[in-house]
Amino acid sequence: MAANGITLEQLYNGFRDPDTIKMLLAKIAQIAPQLPEPLRIMEVCGGHTHSIMKFGLHQLLPDNIDFVHGPGCPVCIMPKERIDQAIALAQQPDVILATLGDMIRVPGSDTSLAKLRAQGADIRALYDPLDALVLAQQNPDKTVVFFAIGFETTTPMSAVLVQQAEAMELDNLLLHVNHVLVPPAIDAVMAGGEATINAFIGPSHVSVITGAKIYQAAVDNYQTPLVVTGFEPVDILEGVLMLVQQAIAGEAKLEIQYRRSVSHDGNLKAQQLVADYFELADAFRWRGLGDIPASALRLKPQFNHRNAELKYAQILPTDPVDDHKACMCGEILKGIKTPQQCKVFGRGCTPQTPMGSCMVSSEGACHAHYKYAGVSL
Amino acid sequence: MCLSIPSQVTELHPNEDSVTVDTMGVKRKVSTHLIAEPLEIGDYVLLHVGFAMNKIDHKTAIENLALLKQMELANGC
Amino acid sequence: MNELKKRRVELSHGGGGVEMNNLIRKVFFKHFENDILVRDEDAARLQFDGPVAFTTDSFTVSPRHFNGGDLGKIAIAGTVNDLAMAGAIPQYLSCGFIIEEGLEFAELESLVQSMAAELAKSGAKIVCGDTKVVPKGAADGLFINTSGVGTCIAAPSWKRLEAGDAIIVSRDIGAHGACILASREGLELDTELQSDCDTLWPAVKALLDAGIDTKAMRDATRGGLAAVLNEWAEARELGIEVAEQALPIDPAVQGLCELFGFEPAELANEGTFVVAVAAEQAEQAVAILQQFQSTATVIGKVCNEYAGKVVQTSPWGSKRYMELPKGELLPRIC
Repeated sequence: MAANGITLEQLYNGFRDPDTIKMLLAKIAQIAPQLPEPLRIMEVCGGHTHSIMKFGLHQLLPDNIDFVHGPGCPVCIMPKERIDQAIALAQQPDVILATLGDMIRVPGSDTSLAKLRAQGADIRALYDPLDALVLAQQNPDKTVVFFAIGFETTTPMSAVLVQQAEAMELDNLLLHVNHVLVPPAIDAVMAGGEATINAFIGPSHVSVITGAKIYQAAVDNYQTPLVVTGFEPVDILEGVLMLVQQAIAGEAKLEIQYRRSVSHDGNLKAQQLVADYFELADAFRWRGLGDIPASALRLKPQFNHRNAELKYAQILPTDPVDDHKACMCGEILKGIKTPQQCKVFGRGCTPQTPMGSCMVSSEGACHAHYKYAGVSL
Repeated sequence: MCLSIPSQVTELHPNEDSVTVDTMGVKRKVSTHLIAEPLEIGDYVLLHVGFAMNKIDHKTAIENLALLKQMELANGC
Repeated sequence: MNELKKRRVELSHGGGGVEMNNLIRKVFFKHFENDILVRDEDAARLQFDGPVAFTTDSFTVSPRHFNGGDLGKIAIAGTVNDLAMAGAIPQYLSCGFIIEEGLEFAELESLVQSMAAELAKSGAKIVCGDTKVVPKGAADGLFINTSGVGTCIAAPSWKRLEAGDAIIVSRDIGAHGACILASREGLELDTELQSDCDTLWPAVKALLDAGIDTKAMRDATRGGLAAVLNEWAEARELGIEVAEQALPIDPAVQGLCELFGFEPAELANEGTFVVAVAAEQAEQAVAILQQFQSTATVIGKVCNEYAGKVVQTSPWGSKRYMELPKGELLPRIC
């Protein structure tokens, strides 16, 4: 249906058009020599890492423009002790553990949810968080724990889940909340000053919810240009072009390339829902980055009856579990080291047997490099 | 993070807080709990884990693509 | 017949007595009838000239009925296709049923009917079989094993792959995997998408009849196109270069992949094959295959670079590996 003067197909293909991609690459190459210093662009979001690698954009930029992969993959940054908590929950005889997609595969200290499921534990990979409501209704004698993961994009969906569970008075639906925030992660990367990042690509779909406004502080504090871009190759390259233009002009501005979906203020209804059910947690330990204050959300106290961390406090392991000493994920997430500089990369640490966070999901920097880095141009 | 896909609204279910959307021939009912403004048939939305996240501003998309095509012509590509 | 339709398979139907005889005669013989089968001996006696290909496969699919096919159709097409890929005429099949107690006769008969319809496409015959009924919970409804033999009239093998050979797919990829995923519980998708499930022998025969030298052939079942190409590249220690824009993909398959973060090349097919031919025969081979499926096309070539790997090129000049699929297909959220 060609509604509104554009078809769905054009919405996809227009932003993947080979000629447009070539034109943008040519334009970037044309002005890149004017850059005062090499541009090290961090794409904060794992979705961008995935797109950049999938479309091979990193291979086609001039030598003085580099992508540095950031900490924005909710699966990668999950510390092992919290995965161990999910595993402990799933081992309770009365619990059905539900979570999203590839969280199932990620190893904790000893095992993964996928392996536990094979041993008979009741673990469900959901596509839609609201399916947890149906699970809870269908299993009144069990407790359904939704292991909630994700950045600002996915938090509103968990908020709706709590809202609906309250409205339906479903007492057997609990949440284990692991919702983390982008701006504190940017601060953690920039804080040490070692990262030498001088431009940011802002996340696409986090920003649909939050609006671009959440990055203004980072732009001001670090005097670093930031462009919120979409996930398609045309989006990313147009965003890079905008960053290059800013850098040449000596500017540090917050700009939006992904204007068809992102505004300054974002989705206010979604933001309100999040504020209704969640509040800032004191700190969250990020895998590879360590404790970051006020970097995650937790359920508000009036919803303590839905907080699996409280109800199952007795059985949940809480001691921090670090990655292997040789693992350099922390430095890689901060953009100080590249995956190839890590001694265990591709040897002890592979996508099948990840030792560190960056290898666990297809969005992790190490995983992406392991997959694609062998291809030379 | 956050895989999300443009899809087109094909049916409205106002009493269920949901709409049916089409993603290039695959249809699914999705939640509209996060959408403040009323959706209409033909609207484009972004879809994330079973929810519509926003309404895509099709006019801006058209403008964006038109501008890029102009740049292409100017560049002689 | 009406009475039969309402009934369900019971343990006694596998007991070797009257009930089992009834089942065999009223369902299996009725639809599979041929000279060899109805002789009703302990083993079928067969006559061949020259080398013979022999293959076996067990079939289980959930749901058993899907857009474009069912378990019965897959059970025949799968084994017939394995013979066809070996350059063998699909001639004789065996068929073993493992039935969970409680399966409706009507469903069993409908699956047997679709097996018979699929057999007709290649002319292969079921010449021997076996039936077991297991207690409720010991199997998921119905499992079917088929084995097949046939006389070889060509000898395709990955060993014959050489740099410069053209790689052709016989139709658009990923339809079966996408169709099964769409019907998976929890995804609640509604789509017109049809599985590609089909017997490939007529297309293979047309290639051979036209004198096409099918250097290597494989049907892209589990693991999809990516698995076939990677297996070839690795075994032959040559590279395979695929042009991304040449991959034939139905929009609905693409849509499903966009939604859940899958790669079309990793999705299963049940009636799609990959064939390598010398470059000078590529055009003719594609023209023949397009008489069966209009989306058949050349997708790439064998090359000396990237030994052991499959490399996908984009229209804007970047390259990436087409990986060997691994792990369970889980929707990506990120």
